Amino acid sequence: MIEIKDLKKSFGDLQVLKGMNIAIPKGQATGIVGPNGAGKTTLIKTILGLVKPDSGTLHVNGTRLNGDWLYRRDIGYMPQVARYPENMRVYELLNFIKGLRDQEAVYEQELIEQFNLQSELEKPLRTLSGGNRQKIGATLAMMFNPDILFFDEPTAGLDPRSSHKFKLRVKKEREEGKTIFITSHIMSELEQLVDHVIFILDGNIRYYGTMSDLLEHSQEDRLEAAIARLMDEPMYGTGSELKQSEETTSPLKMELA
Amino acid sequence: MKLLTHIIKTEWKSLLRGKWVIGYTLIFLLLTDSLLRFGGGGPETLLSLSNVMLLFIPLVGMIYGILYIYQSREFVELLLTQPIDRKVLYWGLFLGISTPLMAAFIIGSLLPLAWHGILVLDSSSSALVLGLGGMLTLIFVSLGFVFGLMFYDDRIKGFGFTIVIWLFLAILYDGIVLLLVFVFGDYPLEQFVIAASALNPIDLARILVMLEFDISALMGYTGAVFNRFFGQSTGLITASGMLVLWLITPTWLGLRIFKKKDF
Repeated sequence: MIEIKDLKKSFGDLQVLKGMNIAIPKGQATGIVGPNGAGKTTLIKTILGLVKPDSGTLHVNGTRLNGDWLYRRDIGYMPQVARYPENMRVYELLNFIKGLRDQEAVYEQELIEQFNLQSELEKPLRTLSGGNRQKIGATLAMMFNPDILFFDEPTAGLDPRSSHKFKLRVKKEREEGKTIFITSHIMSELEQLVDHVIFILDGNIRYYGTMSDLLEHSQEDRLEAAIARLMDEPMYGTGSELKQSEETTSPLKMELA
Repeated sequence: MKLLTHIIKTEWKSLLRGKWVIGYTLIFLLLTDSLLRFGGGGPETLLSLSNVMLLFIPLVGMIYGILYIYQSREFVELLLTQPIDRKVLYWGLFLGISTPLMAAFIIGSLLPLAWHGILVLDSSSSALVLGLGGMLTLIFVSLGFVFGLMFYDDRIKGFGFTIVIWLFLAILYDGIVLLLVFVFGDYPLEQFVIAASALNPIDLARILVMLEFDISALMGYTGAVFNRFFGQSTGLITASGMLVLWLITPTWLGLRIFKKKDF
């Protein structure tokens, strides 16, 4: 269960999160979508405790986030870019993370087998391909069997076979009642994996609800088309401001040219 | 505590495998050995060694610290999403990477000193030089950490800042102090000079070396004032205390930034 109230965050002059409110029940699979720079990563990083909010409150499983770290026992995170110390070997990395978390890595073997990592365990991490590094990231996220899982662009570097295996695994986690978040630009992937969608634009949540409602409302039959429509729709608030600023900047550009 | 040693041990292992810490040890080994062979041994050799150390350890330490922050960015972010305290992670990373560098200098210089017999002959001076090198390593790695965290997204700025700070502290500082003393020579300047040398850890280390070897001619202006103002033993204690302050301040500052930072 994740509860976010009036969450705001700025980096310098740039307001990245402009007062988000959202409640996500346990066991829900949610896709987070939006254009680049909309605030998706910042939102996830705030929940993970990497970014500290300027104002607003966050609760994860009833714990209010306030410099506390124990709540992260329930969270697994697979980052978008997986880079590890070059000289470390794969099994050493797994042991390192196991030593940091005082929890049993119940799914370690299962995940290693599932992702075919057995032959990679002895290799230094710098020699691994991008896809294998992604798979290690997925293993690290899921091996402690946490309740809440975050996947940031999980299949971007995976070959079709690994990507398929990854999706099967996520579906299994979902059936076990895990709360799952996935950010992705591949809408067909989200259609397979999640049933709820959060659409973020300019630091605001534009849409939060089930995917079927979104499709029905936009009268589209694919998520990609529905999201594209949401982005194009001239709406109140920030959308119109953006248009205005575009208009005011364009004559200037012409003068410069 | 268990967590801290776990992080430190892992860092050690991965650093030892990257061969360049061993290379760094070998450089000091060769340097000290050749200084001893050609310099004839004795206090002059230790002085030459400390001159090299005062120049290079700060540069290597800072570059090493800032490079670590930049290179392991994604990894540190992944570690921060684990259920551990940021404070423990900070100390683990800092001690995990600074202590091997410190050990590399100490072991690399210690071995030739031992087999040439200087260690027994001039044990207190040797211990002082080695200890100062270790201390400077810790101070400047932590400064590198601070700059890396401050200029987290702007590497060029971070590296530039590091080089400028090094140039300023290691090379320009004594000259600037001397110039000020020359210009304001009509005023009593002792306290100013002492304050000025306390603001530069490299200067403090240099003063300590000079006080230990009692070579007033080589002491530089700040060293001479220090000697006259405090005398040898009080001077040694005061300068050491200030150096300890220099270790505490940047490590604490780094911790503060690390705890508050948005990654």
